[in-house]
Amino acid sequence: MALELIKGNIAIAETALRVGLVSYFGYPITPQTELLEHLSARMPELGRAFVQAESELGAINMVYGAACTGLRTMTSSSSPGVSLMQEGISYISGTELPAVIVDVVRGGPGLGNIAPSQADYTQLVHGGGHGEYHLIVIAPASVQEAVDLTSLAFDLAEKYRMVVCLLLDGSLGQMMEPVELPEFQPLRTTPPAWAIGSPDSKEHVVMTSINIDPPNQEQFNVKMMTRWEEVEKNEVRYKGYYLDDAEYVVIGYGTAGRIALTAMRAAREQGLKIGLLRPISLSPFPTRAVDELADRVKGFLVVEMSNGQMLDDIISIAARRVPVDFYGRMGGMVPYPDEIANAINDLVNGEHDVNADGRAKWLTKMRELVGTGE
Amino acid sequence: MTETDVKVVYKRPLGFTDLVTHYCPGCTHGVAHRLIAEVLEEMGELKNTIGVAPVGCAVFAYNYFNFDFVEAAHGRAPAMATGIKRTLPGKILFTYQGDGDLASMGMGEIVAAASRGEQITVIFINNTNYGMTGGQMAPTTLPGQKTSSSPLGRDVETQGYPIRTAELLATLDGAAFVARRTLHDARGIRMAKRAIRTAFEVQKQGLGFSMVELLSICPTNWGLSTTNARQWLAEHMLPYYPVGDFKVSTAVSEMKIGGN
Repeated sequence: MALELIKGNIAIAETALRVGLVSYFGYPITPQTELLEHLSARMPELGRAFVQAESELGAINMVYGAACTGLRTMTSSSSPGVSLMQEGISYISGTELPAVIVDVVRGGPGLGNIAPSQADYTQLVHGGGHGEYHLIVIAPASVQEAVDLTSLAFDLAEKYRMVVCLLLDGSLGQMMEPVELPEFQPLRTTPPAWAIGSPDSKEHVVMTSINIDPPNQEQFNVKMMTRWEEVEKNEVRYKGYYLDDAEYVVIGYGTAGRIALTAMRAAREQGLKIGLLRPISLSPFPTRAVDELADRVKGFLVVEMSNGQMLDDIISIAARRVPVDFYGRMGGMVPYPDEIANAINDLVNGEHDVNADGRAKWLTKMRELVGTGE
Repeated sequence: MTETDVKVVYKRPLGFTDLVTHYCPGCTHGVAHRLIAEVLEEMGELKNTIGVAPVGCAVFAYNYFNFDFVEAAHGRAPAMATGIKRTLPGKILFTYQGDGDLASMGMGEIVAAASRGEQITVIFINNTNYGMTGGQMAPTTLPGQKTSSSPLGRDVETQGYPIRTAELLATLDGAAFVARRTLHDARGIRMAKRAIRTAFEVQKQGLGFSMVELLSICPTNWGLSTTNARQWLAEHMLPYYPVGDFKVSTAVSEMKIGGN
């Protein structure tokens, strides 16, 4: 199939449609809006459901209803909208339903801005809504990968009856790249036996997140944790670059990982033995891969477009076996490869103190570099 | 013994499960449930219906009906029903919501669903307080009415005025049928059943959004006997919340209803 030049947001929308999206519910918010606009034309054209909801709250609860039918449903938003959706995400998770959520992250907190960011890691990887549940969170670093992961997201949501979040920053949503889209898959429009409205269910089906008796709720929580164990076993995804002989490893996902790759290649040209680990599944996290590297390399550099939300996970896995340096840009700022290359040099030429606070070192540098505006 | 003609004059509707409800003695939730079950049975739609339960006293409504049901987050039932109806347009969808759920937390969702002309039916229970949490002030609490969170009586200067939901939604073009009925006496209940039938027929015939507001009693939280609660409703609620049809679209006025 021929490659087509497509913007990230539209590529995700068109892929979802082709892999059998039955219904879409969303609300306009930059930098995600093209996704909603594309489906506002394509879904009705194909006789499928599209609703521009009154709010992200409305949208996620429409997804909740649609997910009760077990048929493919999706919403998309950007950071402030996803915050608003957290209520519904908790309910959908507590009802064990399959749904796909796309978060095209922008700078924050608050209204923030519409520039690319990775500051939603914590709210999606480590919860966000009330109660205890996990999302599967997958993060592409290119438009083609966004296409492939969109298709995977629906499969995983159905396989585990869980919410799957496709997490990307605004630059990937807005960027055009040549991609190969999947072929149209057959559309399933009859609910499966476990779902509401199914012709195959034996008795009346009730979909609820209530467990009024604590022993029952606890049992349900054990069931969810058991399923999560399965997900952790089967669904860890990452990409390693030059890890075999690496003495130092840069760890970054999405756009930050992609820019880090450029910096890493430049460092290799200088003769430094640098590798890159790019997590694709942020939840479940490639913990074992990081753990094994911590046993054999001399140091980590974590690169993010946030204040180090993933950094905390790496620090916890590294457990003071190797120094963990950090370089991040915040508030919608994107690092240049040169900045990361400098951070690589600092790591290589640094004191290799495993007790050093990588974030504090970085923040001192940031105060010099950008100031506090006061 | 002499032979006597035996005629069944009262039986459990086919749409009910065998469970006994958790509602307080005298509460009109049971009456509202029964009317819905009877109407859907008469329309032959029991197997084709999906209900959406609210957060509030009717949170476990899905235990009492024997067709498919979902349980919404507080106030979001119309959005959830929208998601289901758009996915399965051949189904009959209804939400069952109280006044805290619909008129406070969920006012955004209900207005949006009505304005979209969403093909769903809403049964709205107005008993002027938050029943499940123990009788706090609701958007429907009357001026001067004492509740556990307006102990001196609702002061409109600081706590605002009650919302007349049926009248409010009737202003929206997407709303095809909006009515208010009362469950405090037999005549009111008969009228309520006819309005519920009309509301479901509106949906079945694809004429738009329909809602029936049902004035209900809450003897427990009002601190009144069932008889006195009915009287209180008639004396205090009916003047503020008049019974009537607030929106009957042209298509609905020309609609033919089979049977009944």
